[in-house]
Amino acid sequence: MAEVLTPTKPLSVNPLKASQPIGASLAFLGIADCMPLEHGARGCTSFNKLYFMRHFNEPIALQTTAMDQTTTVLGADDNVVEALATICAKNKPKVIGLVTTGLSEMQGADVPRTVKEFRTKHPEFRHVAVVPVSASDTLGCLETGFAAAVEAIVRTLVPHRPTSRKNPRQVNVLASSALSPGDLEELRAWIEAFGLTPILLPDIGASLDGHLIDQGFSTLTYGGVSREEIESMADSAATLVIGRSMSRAADALQAQTGTPDFRFDQLIGLQASDAFTQVLSEISGRAVPEKFARKRAQLTDAMVDCQFQFGGAKLGVAGDSDLLAALVDFFHGMGAKIVAAVASARACRLADLPIEDVVVGDLEDFEILARDREADLIVTNSHGAEVARRTGAAFLRAGFPIYDSYGAHADAWIGYGGTRRLIFCAANLLAAHYQELRPYVSLYKRTAASC
Amino acid sequence: MKPEEIAALLNEPACAHNNKSKSGCAKPAPGATQGGCCFDGARNALLPIADVAHIVHGPIGCAGSSWDNRGTRSSGPDTFRIGMTTDLTDMDVIMGRGEKRLYQSIKQAVETHKPAAVFVYNTCVPALQGDDIEAVAKAAQEKFGVAVIPVDCAGFYGNKNLGNRVAGDATIKYIIGTREPEAPAYEIPGVKRHDVNLVGEWNVGGEFWNVAPLFDELGLRVLCSFSGDSRFAEVQTMHRAEANMVVCSKAMLAVARKLEDAYQIPWFEGSFYGLRDTSEAFRGFARLLNDSDLSARVENLVAREEARVEAALNPLREKLRGKRVLIFTGGYKSWSVVSAMQDLGMIVVATGTEKSTEEDKARIKALMGDEARMISDNDQLALIDVFHETRADILIAGDRYIYPTLKSRIPFLDIDHVRRIGYAGYDGLIELARNLDHAVHSPVWAQVRSTPSWAAAPARPRPRAAA
Repeated sequence: MAEVLTPTKPLSVNPLKASQPIGASLAFLGIADCMPLEHGARGCTSFNKLYFMRHFNEPIALQTTAMDQTTTVLGADDNVVEALATICAKNKPKVIGLVTTGLSEMQGADVPRTVKEFRTKHPEFRHVAVVPVSASDTLGCLETGFAAAVEAIVRTLVPHRPTSRKNPRQVNVLASSALSPGDLEELRAWIEAFGLTPILLPDIGASLDGHLIDQGFSTLTYGGVSREEIESMADSAATLVIGRSMSRAADALQAQTGTPDFRFDQLIGLQASDAFTQVLSEISGRAVPEKFARKRAQLTDAMVDCQFQFGGAKLGVAGDSDLLAALVDFFHGMGAKIVAAVASARACRLADLPIEDVVVGDLEDFEILARDREADLIVTNSHGAEVARRTGAAFLRAGFPIYDSYGAHADAWIGYGGTRRLIFCAANLLAAHYQELRPYVSLYKRTAASC
Repeated sequence: MKPEEIAALLNEPACAHNNKSKSGCAKPAPGATQGGCCFDGARNALLPIADVAHIVHGPIGCAGSSWDNRGTRSSGPDTFRIGMTTDLTDMDVIMGRGEKRLYQSIKQAVETHKPAAVFVYNTCVPALQGDDIEAVAKAAQEKFGVAVIPVDCAGFYGNKNLGNRVAGDATIKYIIGTREPEAPAYEIPGVKRHDVNLVGEWNVGGEFWNVAPLFDELGLRVLCSFSGDSRFAEVQTMHRAEANMVVCSKAMLAVARKLEDAYQIPWFEGSFYGLRDTSEAFRGFARLLNDSDLSARVENLVAREEARVEAALNPLREKLRGKRVLIFTGGYKSWSVVSAMQDLGMIVVATGTEKSTEEDKARIKALMGDEARMISDNDQLALIDVFHETRADILIAGDRYIYPTLKSRIPFLDIDHVRRIGYAGYDGLIELARNLDHAVHSPVWAQVRSTPSWAAAPARPRPRAAA
């Protein structure tokens, strides 16, 4: 329904998009005892590490093959072998995510062959899994890089057991990068309420949602889904897929395991929450627990109480497509008018949005739309703060990166409870932003003491 | 306040209710009463006087839950938004220290905030105790050199409407006629200026600012808009107006009548809600002022503004035409809002007449026909029933009704005094139409009326693959 517009300007100004390698690395950060290794120049990793540190307020496990001038020209395969061996020896991970970058892709690095070479040279590290992901930053965005890594993990680590006996109480979850650590924690509780045990791939909720561990600092990830759990995904009774960016990963998992899957575009909003709850009830064979009726009633009450703020409110949303689409759908359903929708990269879902147009562009495009169409509230990452300041719109932080607000990554906006929090949050911003009538002092009294 | 004084206030010859029943207004039914008390009504009526310190003399119950609770706005000083109360304690009551405390409170307010005047509102506890606030006010005024106005409005005297009258009475008795107007800062060459008052205009959400520039344009100086966005000094000069418009028909009728009796100022009732009523308000002034030049300029202005608003309303009318609206609001709004809705092409299925006069009701009939359904009962459940019975699409009412309505999953538009959105005047109608459109068409209604599939049917036993 929406027309997808791609501006042809040469310069990207105030970029909205983050790279595929950063998204792929994020996926590996949700695996326990893991080290993501970016195959590129050291700068990529340095920037990416800082990006995540500022977003999550956590130390971030991330390494680089540190390609230099010589290896870039003459071949950097040795860098990969050496980096893998060093990480294995020094950090003792169970999984290494080997993420290519624009530089290594451009160079034409043959990563699978290089991994084989590593295996031959270093049989002592045969127990360490290496998951190569092709993630050029000349394509896609954080969300697609994340999805590509999940697909690679499925293909590399989930055993091919399409006809295995399934555990009726175990379910797989493939959740897109649109879900925050807080969302994932909410999601886990939602599933567990039905007596089901979820395996979240990846689980950045368990690894990046702040905790102080006994041994203090760790060079590897602080938690997340374990390699053993990933292997047991073949035996799950069902797979829950959240976000359309995860489609290819879901296809791969289904082919690998024969497990039926249930796909959801998003989990924000009443209808989405109803649908997901229904499926959990079906999978578990259990009636929906009482508390969900209560949570649902609380949500519908919040929707009704706050609809005044949303009716006719002009909103701008910018982000990766799954999050963008979820928020656009949701705010549209609350009665808001989406006057600016900007996606960081193309995605098939954009055309399905219930709005007139969506731009694949940057925050400059977003700012122009927000200003020209007089957005009341803009929803995007922390770089939007300046856009909000210049356009006078209220500002809600969402997506990556959020570097100027503590705990933003812990906010949960999914499900009945999360949607309710999102409604309150946005409604308060809109209420505070409301412009009352400008005072008028009668001309007859302009010089009088009355003003 | 003595019973005969209350009776005198309830006896309002200009109010059409008066012919009908001697009690003035209906008595409250214990256990089934909504709506405020005399104190509530008196303070509401006077609070918008912006440069005044409003002191509530009583325990915390009166001011604690109600200070700064109005949507009325000031273009200048904001003293009125500072909550002030004597916060009487057990010991004050037992030791009879209320009057002393009030006197000291006035001193503090004068020293800290340098108000143009201090208003003292009496409440139940000190009234029962017998505090003489009039004497305290007099002593304080002499001592501190600032006007101190006693408003004897204990809650048990009666309802909110009585409070409005008490406020008007105090204004007449103590304030109006104590100062002459300033020389105007501006004149339109060749146009005879007229000085006028508005009585019962509250500037909710700043809505009078939609209309005020038009008064300037017509050469009408508003000496005082009583009491929205007014100053104490303006209230003092109200006796010099050539004509008064009573904007809220019941609450402030006595003020206009007494100004007529004492100063021969003619008055009319009108409203700034809706296209027709706004235009009629200006015509009303032209008629009373008997100025043919003004009449001609009013007609020009009306033609221009109506054309402008019509153009802006056309797309909204398309969306609102035929929508059924149930109006439940008191007093003058019972008819002024009807007319505004009709201006938008909506069907008014019923209107509330809780605080309406016989004349208000006559106006309703004139607008809606003799079959007009009027609801005088202020029971919230009954109101929701009427909503369903009349197959209405939206309920328009005061803020007391907002949550009962929303809980019933019914679209709602707030027309009361706490709102922040201005609906008065030509531009206010456009805003009103916009908000009606959003409320009626909010996609939220369909969602919150839905039943989840998991509540309807028992869970199925086995998983199945998605398509």
